[in-house]
Amino acid sequence: MIVQKDHYRNLMLKGMRADGRKPDEYRKIDVEVNPIYKAEGSARVRIGETDVIAGVKIDIGTPFPDKLDEGILMVNAEFSPIASPDFEPGPPREEAIELARVIDRGIRESKTIDGKKLCIEKGEKVWMVMVDVHIINHDGNLIDAAGLASIVALHNAKMPEYDGEKVIYDKKVKKLPVNYKPVPVSLNKMGDHLFVDACIEEEEVAEARLTVTTKDDGNIVAIQKGGPEPLSAEEIEKAFEIAGRISKDLRKLVK
Amino acid sequence: MKRKNDRKPGELRPIVAKVGVIPRADGSALFSMGRTTAIAAVYGPREMHPKRMQSADSAVLKTIYSMAPFSTSERVRPGPSRRSYEICKVTRQALEPAVFLEEFPKAGIYLFINIIEADAGTRTAGINAASLALADAGIPMRDLVTAAAAGKVGNDYFLDLEGKEEDETICDLPIAYMHNEKKVTLMQMDGDISPKDAKGVMDAAIKGCEIIYDIQKKALMEKWGYKKPQAKAAARAEPKKTAEPKKPAETGEKAKTKKAAPKKSTKKEVKK
Repeated sequence: MIVQKDHYRNLMLKGMRADGRKPDEYRKIDVEVNPIYKAEGSARVRIGETDVIAGVKIDIGTPFPDKLDEGILMVNAEFSPIASPDFEPGPPREEAIELARVIDRGIRESKTIDGKKLCIEKGEKVWMVMVDVHIINHDGNLIDAAGLASIVALHNAKMPEYDGEKVIYDKKVKKLPVNYKPVPVSLNKMGDHLFVDACIEEEEVAEARLTVTTKDDGNIVAIQKGGPEPLSAEEIEKAFEIAGRISKDLRKLVK
Repeated sequence: MKRKNDRKPGELRPIVAKVGVIPRADGSALFSMGRTTAIAAVYGPREMHPKRMQSADSAVLKTIYSMAPFSTSERVRPGPSRRSYEICKVTRQALEPAVFLEEFPKAGIYLFINIIEADAGTRTAGINAASLALADAGIPMRDLVTAAAAGKVGNDYFLDLEGKEEDETICDLPIAYMHNEKKVTLMQMDGDISPKDAKGVMDAAIKGCEIIYDIQKKALMEKWGYKKPQAKAAARAEPKKTAEPKKPAETGEKAKTKKAAPKKSTKKEVKK
């Protein structure tokens, strides 16, 4: 294992990757729309061998006291033990919470979902949009895969009918109002190089991670630094540039 | 837009930084900015529990961030929340690069951060307090970690947003910074902002970090710095009382000698 890690580390220090990709090249991305029939919207995204499913469920709830006329968005992630030997059953770990919150922030801050349109009765009833991300196989870059899956799922979600008493899930009446396409791009730093879409081995040896979520007009809507080592201001600026460029291609996958 | 109390865009709120506020702890600090107050305590290095959490080649920095139920206008439910889990993680990662964890294999350094009053910027206040507490505990460090947040309101880059401003800002960008290495150890952002503005806000936050660095240094000097002979004797007697009895109970001989050394190194760091 140590030999393997050294191999990846040495390659990355030279700006190279084990599978021959360029530093700013993604693995093959495969987006499957609405694979889950029962969900209001869903998407399965595979990036290389990383495999995640995001599902959207919509229900009625009471609004938060500080936003009485706005619907509710919730993003939750589960790192199920099927996906990796490192995942254990039990309550969500720090990584799962971080992932969910970074994706949540991207969707919320870009105002992708117009909360006001989800209000049924001010102060009493609003629509709750719940995005749940399940990791099926973990081969690195979970945030990008989960972020892309969530946004595809939201764009393909249909609202169920509400007859004033209960929600009728069999009848899907109209599209969920969704405005933008915020997609996260995670960059991993090694030496002087920044890599997009790190596989699990690269992620394990990388010095630092910076996730930058950008929306359609190029504006940044969320940033999150991770990983053990610090970053310099120049590296952060470079990461903005790469994320802005790469996210354009990713956004084309959202249909 | 005008700021409360005629604050300039690049001006911080009034800051209070104090070291050694909890005598029972190995290191402690209070850091408050305006109406945001964080208290941090460090225990250790001591044995890491549970044992499976130990790391064979370095200490584990166990970080726990919590908000007092009375700290905000709406009561905070006690116990961990998703938000606090995330802040624990980013705080730990903001501090780890600065601490010589490799000096204490298998040990645990316990860092507790309590927010007793919250008016925006709790994670940055927490990091500032934590970094002071670690230095106060005599844990060897490469650098002090300072943190500050900035945002964009109207056309101005506002440093250290407070309560109301946080609702009006286009973005909120907290940063933790190592002054001597000029490196960013924490960076988060939420908002909707162009890359150029993001850079500008980041620079504003870094400027804030540099001001806070001096305040932190001063706080440490107040407790550990050189004082006139009589004052010095009194100051010496105090920390020793708390530091000595704990050592033998922890990790034995080894920890004892190691712990004595770090104290010097932190002091040097501060003097410079």
